[in-house]
Amino acid sequence: MTIIGKNMVNSKKKVKILTGNHAAAYAFRHARVGVMSAYPITPQSPVVEKISEFIEKGKLKARFLLVESEHSAAAACCAASASGSRVGTATSAHGLMLMYELLPWASGTRLPIIINLATRSCGAPWSVWDDHSDFITIRDVGWIQFMCEDNQEIYDTNIQAFKISEDPRVNIPTIVAYDGYILSHTMMPIELENQEDIDTFLPPLNHHINLSDISQVKGVGPVTTPDIIKRKEGTAPGYYEFRYSLQKALENSINVIKEVHDEFAKKFGRAYGNGLFKTYKTDDADTIIFAMGSVSAQARTVIEKLREEGLKIGLVSLRLFRPFPIKYLREFFKGKKNIIVFDREIGYGYEGVLSYELKAALYGLKNPPFIKSFIVGLGGRDVKSEYIIEGVHKSLELAKKGDIIYKTEYFGLKLDELKDYDEQEFLKGGGK
Amino acid sequence: MNRNFSREVENNMVNVLEIVEDEYIHPGTRMCAGCAMSLIYRFALKALGPKTILTVPASCLTVLHGMQGFCTTKLSVLHTPFATTGASASGIVASLEEKGLADEICVVAFAGDGGTTDIGIQALSGAAERGTNFIYACYDNEAYMNTGVQRSGSTPLGAFTATTPGGKTRPKKNMPKILEAHGISYVATANGSYPLDLYEKFKKARDIKGTRYIHILSACPPGWGYDPKDTIRIGRLANDTGFWPLYEISNGKFALSQPSKKFLDPAKRKDIEQYLSAQKRFSNISKQDIETYRNYIRDQWNEIKRRLENQ
Amino acid sequence: MTDLKKDYQKILASVQKPVIGEAGKTGTWSRLKPVIDLEKCIPAKSGKFICFNCWLYCPEAVVSREIPPKINLEYCKGCGICMEECPVNAISMEEVKFE
Repeated sequence: MTIIGKNMVNSKKKVKILTGNHAAAYAFRHARVGVMSAYPITPQSPVVEKISEFIEKGKLKARFLLVESEHSAAAACCAASASGSRVGTATSAHGLMLMYELLPWASGTRLPIIINLATRSCGAPWSVWDDHSDFITIRDVGWIQFMCEDNQEIYDTNIQAFKISEDPRVNIPTIVAYDGYILSHTMMPIELENQEDIDTFLPPLNHHINLSDISQVKGVGPVTTPDIIKRKEGTAPGYYEFRYSLQKALENSINVIKEVHDEFAKKFGRAYGNGLFKTYKTDDADTIIFAMGSVSAQARTVIEKLREEGLKIGLVSLRLFRPFPIKYLREFFKGKKNIIVFDREIGYGYEGVLSYELKAALYGLKNPPFIKSFIVGLGGRDVKSEYIIEGVHKSLELAKKGDIIYKTEYFGLKLDELKDYDEQEFLKGGGK
Repeated sequence: MNRNFSREVENNMVNVLEIVEDEYIHPGTRMCAGCAMSLIYRFALKALGPKTILTVPASCLTVLHGMQGFCTTKLSVLHTPFATTGASASGIVASLEEKGLADEICVVAFAGDGGTTDIGIQALSGAAERGTNFIYACYDNEAYMNTGVQRSGSTPLGAFTATTPGGKTRPKKNMPKILEAHGISYVATANGSYPLDLYEKFKKARDIKGTRYIHILSACPPGWGYDPKDTIRIGRLANDTGFWPLYEISNGKFALSQPSKKFLDPAKRKDIEQYLSAQKRFSNISKQDIETYRNYIRDQWNEIKRRLENQ
Repeated sequence: MTDLKKDYQKILASVQKPVIGEAGKTGTWSRLKPVIDLEKCIPAKSGKFICFNCWLYCPEAVVSREIPPKINLEYCKGCGICMEECPVNAISMEEVKFE
């Protein structure tokens, strides 16, 4: 986050010490969400608990559906949104995956729903701890996807997300993600904006469907055919056209995302890079660390140390994962020599997802940068500063040799301590 | 066949002229000729009237509503994935409540038996438990007809389907009982062959608050294997044999509906074989299964009798 | 000329508006069509608004509730329910030339 202009302490704004989850809850409250529907899951639950408290105390006038599963939560969100309400929910890992069927349904119906995702590993085996494997599973469902790096960004991104999603040029749902526990349960000071200021920034929703207006009869989301349908009453697009328009709107939403980000920055004094990714000490850098969320936050802490070694190194922290900001990344990385990517997930059967997304984005650049990828911190394992430092050193050595190998490396694995492990052997002797 | 002069009118339930003349489904739908569900939907929508929002999951009803761009009903509908009907209705209701429109507009979920008794039971149970202010109607044609007649939890014993070529070995799930156990404000059964009774039940349900559930037996010519002209007759046999009793439960009080009242007397009931033999799906049913049906009907009516005596 | 680049923004959700004959002229589905014998038809004979079983049981709502009842053959699928349910056998299914 960059503070523009005003000094935080001198401003009249309310500063509260909040967890990431509560920052999300405050954002929903200030966005005047009309309908929410959620199901408890760790580490997201405090979001909905806080919202329940807001409603109970009369701070938020909203209908809150406490449903019996995330599948129903997402379905209720879709229906409430199609009925014209401003809608949001929150979830994690298995909850998000249970919602999965409704995610392309929401984007395909062009419903401006906001989901907060406190990231968590996907089972099996069970793990309530953090990595980004839930976040990346939904990259092809047609949603806008943000990853936040601190609690202020969670609050700010949520407010922006409603404005972006509800923009008539966009009409696409958005997921705002942040690392489970690392942000969701960690307290940080947060500037909360005045309700009137948020209200002028985020006007009431004017929904393109609004089923609750029964003066206009309509069917929403029917069966489509492989072709368009022409009748004397009009010509109706087919599935292909609907999905093409979603893709186009997603691509073009980048402009709206930047526009809304800039407007927010101007009004409230906080900016997040160009709105798409944040840069740190990149002006003179030829070597860049590329990561998102908690991994970026960790990398930030070692840049100075690496610079002391004489390295011209900086950080790019990806904020917008979908639509992937290809054009801006190509522009940024033109002429850079080395990129070291740290992924907190695996695109199973391939490599870290950020890594292959970036490689694809930079395809065809003249003198492309050398890219090396590492996996870190699955299932909540610590992402240590030394991993980042070692990764950078290793990459630079390989780059010097011109050793471009498609090999992902893993930091923090403890295979040495499991040399003698064998499943069948291990199971023996239980219960004695 | 029985050619009694307008049997229902004769029973003084409601005069045909008392039914709203407006139709809410335009002619020219994709439904099969003789589809009982078309008739059921026709009378349900008449009773519900224009201030209604519908939500419909994957089913024959999706097809009735029409393809992209053009629909058949004069009421707004939200199509929703198969398992979500109860939740989808909850979302619409919540949005209407937020806008202060909930008293004015009635939210109605309409789903098939697969969408209700199988894949949608969780969302429906959740919505009922929350006391969601809506009507849930299940049109029960006793199998997944839209996907080509596969067995559902509501397929009756001995019925042939594409996935039970030897006949189903388990009886039909009693969904109205499950909904009744939720303690909701209204539960009713209906039958496509009694459109006036169905109309009255939807009208009544419309004026009640809370969760209201109507389960309607819906004869299906291709799925059950009979000539489309016999749709009404087949549905009547389900009633006259005592297999599908029509009743309603308002706030816990059980009442038999007019078309089924006289079948409290076992002597008045036709034998179940008349119903089964009229449909090709039961052509290979065993003697043992038929006996199971007889016992089931006997027990079902004994229970109804006890219930009426004890309340 | 429409600007396709701009027009995709107008294509949003798949929505429907009501039309008559969504599936086309469903009357073409069957060659056999109900024909009412007005000599037998109860409302036609009596001039009273009674019976109307044909109107009541028609799944397609193509029978009118008037004296005498009329059947919209453009959309009648020819299921034959009205014939079966007519209490006085006034309806027969006949091959009707349909334009």
